[in-house]
Amino acid sequence: MLNVLAAGVEPSWYLVLSSALFAIGAVGLLIRRNPLVMFMCVELMLNAVTLSFVTFSRMLDDIGGQAVVVFVLVVAAAEVVVGLGIIVAILRRRPDATADDLALLKG
Amino acid sequence: METFVFLVAAAICLIGALGVVLSTNPVHSALSLVATLFGVAVLFVAQEAHFLAAVQVIVYAGAIVVLFLFVIMLLGVDRAENLKVDPLVGQRVAAVVLGLAVFALPVVALASTDWEATGALSNLGSIADAAVPDIEGIGTALFTRYVFALEITSILLAIAVVGAVLLAKRSPRPADMLVDLPVRTDTDAASLDDAAGAEGPEDATADSPAAEEGATS
Repeated sequence: MLNVLAAGVEPSWYLVLSSALFAIGAVGLLIRRNPLVMFMCVELMLNAVTLSFVTFSRMLDDIGGQAVVVFVLVVAAAEVVVGLGIIVAILRRRPDATADDLALLKG
Repeated sequence: METFVFLVAAAICLIGALGVVLSTNPVHSALSLVATLFGVAVLFVAQEAHFLAAVQVIVYAGAIVVLFLFVIMLLGVDRAENLKVDPLVGQRVAAVVLGLAVFALPVVALASTDWEATGALSNLGSIADAAVPDIEGIGTALFTRYVFALEITSILLAIAVVGAVLLAKRSPRPADMLVDLPVRTDTDAASLDDAAGAEGPEDATADSPAAEEGATS
């Protein structure tokens, strides 16, 4: 442990952390049934990706990775707004609805 | 020093992420999400991305999580969910196995490249250049090379606003948009159908979906 502390942080550690966050978000998206919590897990996965973008930007010494994160932020905000609108529209009619019940669009 | 910051921030991130997934109450999930987002912001600062760290705290922790909490409170769905029962037998085991695979894939790929990143550079500029701060570099990139993408994201945001207003509108039926009628749920409408005579013929045709279907068919 002391060796690790003395060696200093490697940029690849951030990537390992990022993949761990992404995996936790993916598992949460699969095992949870509440649509709101599933949405939060999607945010978790998006954040893991932005973290790896920033890390790659640092490893390659290129500002392009940070510029892409701005677009990810904008798309995430738009996605949250529309997604929460859908969830509000559904849960207002059926407050107990879980992801299993949402087969209303099925033909 | 960066090692210490990384370890603390990574622990906050992972605990927050597990809290999001494992909390039975959606409010606790949202608060755990704040912890994770804040930890990611700290990691941004540790990697010299100061502008993105500020944006992360303002937009994500400030706006998006507040939006989540607002929806939770608005709908009153903040009661605990029973996580003990597995609705689909074996689904959780499969999900955890898949999650481990998702975690292992980038790590193995990274190990195969000797923990180094390779790839083509964008030639937009260096982040190590102290004369050009990161905010200036990002601004230059957004308004030169990515200017069309930036304009398209503004259109995307405008569409998202219109879509959210339409989706969250209380009465999706066109008749209710023209006449200022009180909002009714489906059960109310069904009971109104029975008592349509008392309600008056005009109101009944404008209000009940069954009557509309009968008129069009």
